[in-house]
Amino acid sequence: MPVLQVDHLFKKYGDTEAVHDVSFKVGRGEIVGLLGPNGAGKTTTINMILGVLEPTGGSISIEGKDVARERSKALARTNFAAVYASLPGNLTVSQNLDVFSRIYDVKNTKERIPKLLKDFDLEKFADEKAGVLSSGEQTRASLAKAMINSPALLLLDEPTASLDPSTAQIIRERIVDYAKSGAGGVLWTSHNMYEVTDVCDRVLFLSHGKILLEGDPKGLPHEHHKKDLEELFIAIAREPLSLEL
Amino acid sequence: MNFRRLFAIAYRYFILLRDNFTRSFQIFVWALLDTVLWGFITKYLDSIGNPGFSFVPVILGAVTLWAFMSRAMQGVSTPFLEDVWSRNLLNFFASPLTIGEYLGGLILASICTSALGLFAMTLLAAWLFGLALWTLGTVFAAFVILLFIFGVGLGVIAIGIVLRLGPSAEWFVWPIPMILTPFVGVYYPISVLPLSMQLISRILAPTYVFEGLRGIIEKQTLDWGALGLAFALDIIFLGLAYAFFSYIYRRAVHSGAIARYSAESFQ
Repeated sequence: MPVLQVDHLFKKYGDTEAVHDVSFKVGRGEIVGLLGPNGAGKTTTINMILGVLEPTGGSISIEGKDVARERSKALARTNFAAVYASLPGNLTVSQNLDVFSRIYDVKNTKERIPKLLKDFDLEKFADEKAGVLSSGEQTRASLAKAMINSPALLLLDEPTASLDPSTAQIIRERIVDYAKSGAGGVLWTSHNMYEVTDVCDRVLFLSHGKILLEGDPKGLPHEHHKKDLEELFIAIAREPLSLEL
Repeated sequence: MNFRRLFAIAYRYFILLRDNFTRSFQIFVWALLDTVLWGFITKYLDSIGNPGFSFVPVILGAVTLWAFMSRAMQGVSTPFLEDVWSRNLLNFFASPLTIGEYLGGLILASICTSALGLFAMTLLAAWLFGLALWTLGTVFAAFVILLFIFGVGLGVIAIGIVLRLGPSAEWFVWPIPMILTPFVGVYYPISVLPLSMQLISRILAPTYVFEGLRGIIEKQTLDWGALGLAFALDIIFLGLAYAFFSYIYRRAVHSGAIARYSAESFQ
């Protein structure tokens, strides 16, 4: 059973169609890149998976649990980190992890929180208010929160956008290790094509709310006579119709 | 209902209160100011009024209870506003937390903060002005419960308004008790109101509390039937408040307002 199954997803705002008939799966141990230019529908899709945006049509299930019907059970096995959803700045990093461990009903918090602080190099910031951390430190704190419940489905919306290259590499390794351990699947959005090529097992290209291409990030550019993923991305962003399937 | 999640919402607010005196201070400061201000006003009225009648229990007692209702309302709305100010709504609503658990956590926070405020006010009123409200016993407990339920309902409606209209609508929250004050007869019997206003008064549970308080002080009688009606009105009001918030939440999920909750997104 895939950890995430999205079937014929639609989202309309009045006459504007933000997401049009999007279907895909994420398997356990798999990292899937959701790519596309700004406004392509990536964040809209993620918000629908997270249950904070109601689809106009279609269905989403996480570990077989329908998000619309069994929202709480489905989201208990999910977590996310996004640049636009930092942790509350008025709590310390430890307090945030403590509160979210209760929200996600994590049982072994005494071992789990110190481990996450160590994994994301946050030990020295444990008692600092999240709001006074640098953007890179806040991103690491958000990622630690995203891993608090060892989610079956991890949604990452540009998780390394504010990290320096060295920290970004460490974080990528942590997430790849997590996925490869078989603990869960990852849906990853990024505008860093080098990162996507390095990390993702499969990519989906979204444009104007539709999936235009899907495949292996290393092989896909050559299938479309492009040098690399970045060149393919630029082609899709500028001339999506020429690549439409 | 997962009580661990519900407690997490209240626990988060207690951390904020514990770690920052500016937050914990506000639980007491307005309540104490109200007591001191109205205590001296009633003492002055006593000095110029009928020697056989004391304004202290009628006015100061009512002000103490009404301030408690306001604290109960703010006990619900302030933790929600903390989530708005810290842009935390997405983190909470994209989690397994249900609306019932979230509101339950806010109500638990309100029980604690409003009880602390009431405790401080009644102690000060007894110490400075000789008004020991707790000597009313069961009646005092009934008044407190009725006003707490009403305050929670108002708080839930207030946060529904902010969720619907955006963070810039925060100012709507604060004057709500003030708007209701003329209708519920905090300072006077509702018989002095025009009939049209009395019709509104009669569907508001606090009206029966303040009429009851005056009845006990002036005639040493209490209409328990009226308090029973107030309880029924409170339950209906709380149910309507929950339905209102649930509707606003579903609407926000439909429009995507929760995912992009900021003042600008509502322009």
